Amino acid sequence: MEAGAYREMSPDRLDATFAALADRTRRGILARLASGEASVTELAAPFAMSQPAISKHLKVLERAGLISGGRDAQRRPRRIEGESLAGVTEWLERYRKVWEGNFEDLDNLLEEMKSKEKTRRRKKR
Amino acid sequence: MNATLEVTTPSDREIAMTRVFNAPRRLVFDAWTKPELLKRWLGVRGGWTFAVCEVDLKVGGSYRFVWRGPDGTEMGMRGVYREIVRPERLVNTEKFDEPWYEGEAVDTMVLVERDGKTTCTTTVICGSKEIRDSVLKSGMTGGVAESYDKLDEVLASIADGRVSAG
Repeated sequence: MEAGAYREMSPDRLDATFAALADRTRRGILARLASGEASVTELAAPFAMSQPAISKHLKVLERAGLISGGRDAQRRPRRIEGESLAGVTEWLERYRKVWEGNFEDLDNLLEEMKSKEKTRRRKKR
Repeated sequence: MNATLEVTTPSDREIAMTRVFNAPRRLVFDAWTKPELLKRWLGVRGGWTFAVCEVDLKVGGSYRFVWRGPDGTEMGMRGVYREIVRPERLVNTEKFDEPWYEGEAVDTMVLVERDGKTTCTTTVICGSKEIRDSVLKSGMTGGVAESYDKLDEVLASIADGRVSAG
């Protein structure tokens, strides 16, 4: 996926991604995979959870395209799909930036409104 | 002034944003409710401008915003004012025109003034988690969930090249 490809992400895919990221365990798994490939056993270790439970979380992450690996469900190490993740984050970042940008413009407008008020007050005196 | 924008998701149906402005709240309230002022700041970057900006500021009154992009693309939203307590509180519904946008959300804005500065808190309450995600997708109404901070760390490490990109 190229930078900016989030625009082409289908709504279904985005839904799957958001759903995948909404869970604390799955975010933990992603954080672990960010430092390198890991097997299901390794991924399960920090969580008080059975391997089948972890496998279920992995399936959700795989369906969202956030991680890859493992036709042999137990042995093949999972790894993070960095570009896919970057696509989502770019989308989320853009979102936050829209409001940051709006508010910077509002800051400038408020400064202008304040100085206009001051001028008006001075004229009244 | 370089104020930070704080965005949180208090529940899976809510998005909250907090920002401090260096101005008394009556000015902030006006900036959010007067078309001639809204046109100066709300969603007007990158060549986007207001094609329609109508506000009927009374309880039960409606507003209609349509933005036009540099390539002529239009994006619209509308809603109804439910509570107006000038200059401290504003409650309105919001609905984007996009077909993928589900349901309606309710926005509450609270302005608290202290020493000439105003803390503006807006909370978007959605009928369901699905609607909240729609709001997040709108690109105009909120921000990134606090829970994604963790993801930022993950991505920062990818950007650093510590993790292979797929």
